[in-house]
Amino acid sequence: MASAYGYFPGCSLKGTGVAYEESLLELFRLLDLPLAELQDWNCCGATSYMSIDESSAFQLSARNLALAHKASHADLLAPCSACYLVLRKAQDYMQKYPQVAREMGSWGNGNLRVLNQIRVRHPLEVLFTDVGPDRLRQKIVRHWHGGSVACYYGCQMVRPYGEADRDHDPVRMDELLEAAGVPTVDWSLKTKCCGGSLTGTAHQVGVRLNYILLKEAARKGAQAIVTVCPLCQYNLDAYQSEIRRDTGQRFDMPVLYFTQILGWALGGDYKSLGFPRAVAGRKTIAQWFAPARTEKEAYV
Amino acid sequence: MSDPHGAVRIGVYTCHCGSNIAATVDVKALAQFAATLPRVVLSRDYKYMCSDPGQELIRQDIRDHDLNRIVVASCSPHLHEHTFRTALKVGGLNPYYFHMVNIREQASWVHVDKAQATRKAQDLVCAAVRRVAFHQPLERGRVAIHPDVLVLGGGIAGIHAALTLANAGKHVFLVEKEPTIGGHMAKFDKTFPTLDCAACILTPKMSAVRSHPNITLWTYSEVTRVDGYVGNYKATVLRHPRYIDEDLCAGCLECLDACVYKQAKVPDEFNMRLSKRKPIYIPFPQAVPQVPVIDPETCIQFKSGKCKKTCIEACGDRHAINLRAEPEIEEIEVGTVILATGFQTFDAARIPYYGYGKYPNVYTALEVERLVNASGPTGGEVILRDGRKPQTVAIVHCVGSRDENTHRWCSRVCCMYSLKLAHLVKEHTGAEIFNFYIDMRTPGKGFEEFYQKLLNERVHFIRGRVAEVTDWELDPGEEGKLVIRAEDTLAGFVRRIPVDMVVLATGLEPRADAPEVRRLFNISCASEGFFLERHPKLAPVNTFTDGIFLAGCCQGPKDIPDTVAQAGAAAAEALALIDAGYVETEPNTAHVEEAVCCGCKTCISMCPYRAISFVNEIHKSRVNEVLCKGCGTCVAACPSGAVRQHLFEDDEIFAEIEGVLSNA
Amino acid sequence: MQRELKFQREADAEWARRVSQRPGCEGLFSCLQCGTCSGACPLSIYMDFTPRRIIALVREGFRTDALRSKTIWLCASCYSCAVHCPRQIHITDVMYSLKREAIQHRLYPARFPVPVLAQEFYRMVGRRGRSSEFWLVLRMALRSNPLVLLGMFRTGWDLVRTGRLKLRGERVRDIASLPRELAPREVA
Repeated sequence: MASAYGYFPGCSLKGTGVAYEESLLELFRLLDLPLAELQDWNCCGATSYMSIDESSAFQLSARNLALAHKASHADLLAPCSACYLVLRKAQDYMQKYPQVAREMGSWGNGNLRVLNQIRVRHPLEVLFTDVGPDRLRQKIVRHWHGGSVACYYGCQMVRPYGEADRDHDPVRMDELLEAAGVPTVDWSLKTKCCGGSLTGTAHQVGVRLNYILLKEAARKGAQAIVTVCPLCQYNLDAYQSEIRRDTGQRFDMPVLYFTQILGWALGGDYKSLGFPRAVAGRKTIAQWFAPARTEKEAYV
Repeated sequence: MSDPHGAVRIGVYTCHCGSNIAATVDVKALAQFAATLPRVVLSRDYKYMCSDPGQELIRQDIRDHDLNRIVVASCSPHLHEHTFRTALKVGGLNPYYFHMVNIREQASWVHVDKAQATRKAQDLVCAAVRRVAFHQPLERGRVAIHPDVLVLGGGIAGIHAALTLANAGKHVFLVEKEPTIGGHMAKFDKTFPTLDCAACILTPKMSAVRSHPNITLWTYSEVTRVDGYVGNYKATVLRHPRYIDEDLCAGCLECLDACVYKQAKVPDEFNMRLSKRKPIYIPFPQAVPQVPVIDPETCIQFKSGKCKKTCIEACGDRHAINLRAEPEIEEIEVGTVILATGFQTFDAARIPYYGYGKYPNVYTALEVERLVNASGPTGGEVILRDGRKPQTVAIVHCVGSRDENTHRWCSRVCCMYSLKLAHLVKEHTGAEIFNFYIDMRTPGKGFEEFYQKLLNERVHFIRGRVAEVTDWELDPGEEGKLVIRAEDTLAGFVRRIPVDMVVLATGLEPRADAPEVRRLFNISCASEGFFLERHPKLAPVNTFTDGIFLAGCCQGPKDIPDTVAQAGAAAAEALALIDAGYVETEPNTAHVEEAVCCGCKTCISMCPYRAISFVNEIHKSRVNEVLCKGCGTCVAACPSGAVRQHLFEDDEIFAEIEGVLSNA
Repeated sequence: MQRELKFQREADAEWARRVSQRPGCEGLFSCLQCGTCSGACPLSIYMDFTPRRIIALVREGFRTDALRSKTIWLCASCYSCAVHCPRQIHITDVMYSLKREAIQHRLYPARFPVPVLAQEFYRMVGRRGRSSEFWLVLRMALRSNPLVLLGMFRTGWDLVRTGRLKLRGERVRDIASLPRELAPREVA
């Protein structure tokens, strides 16, 4: 469909971030917003490609944008913050640097401007701008009865292009969740890096960055963390037991995607929203979201 | 054959300028070539035409050979056009029968091939010789200078300029927007590097202004309209009503106590909103004039009409309070204007990373000036908004300065005032102080010594720009504090320093109303918005508009010594004009040939100096030759060719073109 | 006892100029050395040279020191430095360009996991068009330090039981249209 939002999943959403894809599709279905997966998309290259070869790194994005153009997608949604940034940066650098534009050469049938016409957007910004907290509030069918959450935005969605949300103390996720009745905490580490792939390569360093985030969120009274990026979610989620082993601190903190929470508030299905995929905080998740209780008590 | 120019007799002088010209241009050949040109009666070459003997040559030749046109081929007219015109004058010839050819900057200095350079010089001389035949005798105009001066802005710059001029016997109108003079300096506690009490050195000057017979002080007033030109400015001053008559008020301030508001409720701007005032208030105890103001936005009587008006009661027989006062308009005539409108501080909230406005214990430098000041909101005690006394304080340099994200420039005073505040806060609280800086800029007299003093007081100086002020707790010692994370670049590691209080050394920026002031007075600014001086080195107080001078931070950030020096300089420039009594105007102005003018008014809107007006009675445009700067825009724009320019008439220009081409 | 004294023959000014001409690296010479980047960087406390020092090394032309550092591999591309920098220097881009050069000239610490991961990623995506997290981590571990796999069992198991560990790799259908480079090179 030409009027559907183009959807660029990226490698993570098919792997460790599968709950993000599940909840995104479920949420957009509940909101009647059509999503069409980009046909034959390729990996965005993340940080690794740019670390090896600049030219092919940009070309990976050019191929994706060219595919989006071919499919007549005006908007291309990239839920993974790394994919989002890589695509945006490629568009920006193609315009700013003639050397980069030259390398892009044949993509878009020689007309690079069409690649820049694709609006690369993050689903958080799409929900905030195209739907908005007020419309969301009207569609709520389940009342929140869980605890307070800390909204964690990560880095690459807000930096360096502050289009999805502003870089210091962003609030769009907070406002959307609050419209769904979810209390959010005010904390200062909303955009502090989770380390990205460093948890895999410089393990101690990466894990400690996440320990810092979990600790501060808990200190500010959060009982769960809500994210926008699959790598952030994985980092905060998958190492809590290791952190407990190393520091003695038990967090048991659910790390959820904002699409899961909003999807739930709009009446979405527990499994379809990917809740069973969580590693940490499973008990809390069951308490807050599992069907048996919610259907009986919280239905409006 | 009759010569249309009468007997034009031209003398051509080719200057060697030492080897500056002679090394590249064959000056002898040039002089010989010039001698062959029509109407050239004599042609000489000489080593230094601008020297006395060189000028004497011209003067003598005019007399001996009955010359009536002179061409000098030498350097740039910027340097010596005036010299040679004077030589003509002394020699008995109208100075405007002269034309100068630049064969230095335009030939010898920019070419290496001698033959080509000489050829070019020949073309230029040929053009000049043809042109000068058409020159007409012109006279410089004279504009009288009105001796009164308008000083706009009553801070230390305006005060000093006004006093200097008044002491010289000139009458000064000092117009200030706030209810009192004193400017930013009145808010400071002590001044660097001497730690003089700001009020102690400022208030005597303020009193001197008040009592000086030659100064008309209008506070709570603004200039709303300016017309005219150098020597003859007409300004309209709008005086806002204080609702208290300045002449009747005795300054007893009993009305303040009597106000029905027993508790002050309005944020006090003078104390940087750290304390409150009543609707009837005086900005600070030593305000000049010593007359309170009533703020109609917050006064009950103005808002509801139902106040007991205890203030009027307290005033008693003096009857100084007049709640029905209206704004007053004054029209004044002055000859010169000094702009001393000052600066505003950078709004720290624009940098969200520093937490100003979010964390209560983050302050700006001006707020801290009020805290340490004995007549400030806390009586000189440094007490935080949450009531605590700080034990560790961070002073963050370069907030809104040296930053592509906010302002590029260095605000010049912040390193020094940060040192000063470090000293004062430490003196008042005994706290441990950390200054975070990029560079320590302490260039003035006594400044480096002041830095040394602070180093010896064991204030910490960390060379590392602060990235963030955060409440994120990592270490047990950080509980309840604000943490500064910065790289200590000198010691070589990243540090986290928990503090109780953060002071942001905010920079200086142009005032929000600066564009309005510029429009009123027709002056320019550079890209950062500060008023533009005529030349950054050689004319720092003049503007491109004659008769308007700059003093103080409105021209760029500077400290008090430099401000006072600049104010004195501006006063001197104004005095120079006034005491000369007149300015001479260059005659290269435009004029309208009224017979040809069809009244289309195209020229009027084109003029950047608003020098052309429309004379309705005859339906023609007219150029004010005093305001005209000779830019030529109207001349080019006029569709009928009615506007002409002295010294750039059509026949002169065409002759020049022909001259260049004829030598081809 | 080590002696550290830098001679001018080690300073390659021409290299510094070349770096500054790469896309994103233009601001290199306007650096004030204020240290805001290091203050903002969450990884600076682990680096051998803070970001500020890397810029100082690069613009003075100390190529080997910069390329052999661990710093460039610890950069997480979070862009905190770039948004804080008062000269608006794209420090992240400088880091990327140093990474590329270090890989091209094999100047990274041997078996250091970060560059190894990048290379495995490059090969995998170059061949298949999409990456598989499982195979990526496995190959990276085998080529850098296989022992880390022992510590990953718990995490691995958690991912398996929640259905997040996908063993089958994805691939693009139209492989021929993928960008192919035989040897990585800088954008001129």
